[in-house]
Amino acid sequence: MAGTDPIHQFVIQDIFPIATIGGDGTPGSGMNIAFTNSALYMVLSVVVITGFLLMATSRRSVIPGRMQLVAEMGYQFIANMLRSSAGTEGMKFFPFVFSLFAFVLMGNMFGMIPYAFTFTSHIIVTFALAMLVISVVFIYGVMRHGLKFFKLFAPAGIPTPILFIVVPIEIVSFLSRPISLSVRLFGNILAGHITLKVFTGFVVTLGAAGFLGWMGAILPLFMAVALTALEFLVAAVQAYVFAVLTSMYLNDAVHPSH
Amino acid sequence: MATQAFAQEAETPSEQNLDTVIDVPHGEPVEGATGHDPAAEHHGTEVGADAHDTGVFPPFDPATFPSQLLWLAITFAALYLLMSKLALPRLGSIIDERKARLDADLAAADASRQKTDAAIAAYEAALAAAKSKAQGIANETRESIQTELAAKRQAVETDLAARMTSAEARIAQTKAAALTQVDEIAAATAQTIVAQLVGEVSPESVRAAVAKVGKE
Repeated sequence: MAGTDPIHQFVIQDIFPIATIGGDGTPGSGMNIAFTNSALYMVLSVVVITGFLLMATSRRSVIPGRMQLVAEMGYQFIANMLRSSAGTEGMKFFPFVFSLFAFVLMGNMFGMIPYAFTFTSHIIVTFALAMLVISVVFIYGVMRHGLKFFKLFAPAGIPTPILFIVVPIEIVSFLSRPISLSVRLFGNILAGHITLKVFTGFVVTLGAAGFLGWMGAILPLFMAVALTALEFLVAAVQAYVFAVLTSMYLNDAVHPSH
Repeated sequence: MATQAFAQEAETPSEQNLDTVIDVPHGEPVEGATGHDPAAEHHGTEVGADAHDTGVFPPFDPATFPSQLLWLAITFAALYLLMSKLALPRLGSIIDERKARLDADLAAADASRQKTDAAIAAYEAALAAAKSKAQGIANETRESIQTELAAKRQAVETDLAARMTSAEARIAQTKAAALTQVDEIAAATAQTIVAQLVGEVSPESVRAAVAKVGKE
């Protein structure tokens, strides 16, 4: 049953339970805390990212090897992106943006391994990351600029009557950022994985139906191969988009008056 | 169709979660949580058929949220700390070190090039000075030769002029002498001729006659 069901891959499975908070002791009540397959891949992502970066930089060579080159390219890619969108002052968020990018990228890429769990396909994870970004933007913006931060909602050089229209629009756009940021990543990964699973499921189902079915399975097989390539692209692009948007939102925190 | 499929599937996690709930308070072993135990499945189905997460699309199942949020917070905080304290400073220092070294090397190369340029300029200046000096010497030599030549020529010319004047004077003298002798020869000849023709005449009269003819 689990073989061709496209939803099964998103099921959270407890590896070992930790605690139950609250509830009346009956099963299903209270808050259930456990180390799940999702948590396992989060831990694995952190281990792989850190391990890779530390291993790549272990030699500290001036002329980089292959791994060090990849690490440096990632570093400079994110650094240039953040500097171009948030300026030099935004560079204090570099570790944050780099961690986000690496975490999301690694989560997406782990998802491309068959049987692996994709934690970025869960809205709660992407939403929490997006809320973290927006909280950082908001808290830093208010701390750094005080009330001037709210100039963000009132662009300079706009006549007062139009401000009554613009300010609500700006506020709504600000508030919708965590939603769009999280749903974009979640939706892309979820839809991609479901599509991939559906096409590979066709291959399995048709392949079991004798020679004609075997012939008919060729087309979805090609589709599955092409979709796999596409999903690798999506995995990288969505991590990039997440990091770019984070940089742009951080720019608002650093320079609130447009 | 998909909804049905996942509705059937979603029972599995719910049962596992239930097992967890059951397991934890009683301190039972963890194995039951994997949910592949048919006995546990039965158990779950009997006790918690109305569990809140049954039939929920897994990404929207709120029962999984606390665990996910907890582990997300732990892992992302760990990643942030590891990145900001360990990996990124290390990478940054490598890149900065390389940049510093490149800049130093470039500066050294630039300094060497400037030195080379200066050496070339000095060489060219020396060459130009030598050339102009050589030209000066040549000019000087030429001028001195020319003045010497001019002086010599002048001397030769004055010498020649002096000689010419003396020669001319001598010629004039000789001519004058010759001319007086011509008169005498003419007088003698005339006297002889006249003597042959008409007889003796005084030399004085002959001379007077010759002088008279010579003047005409």
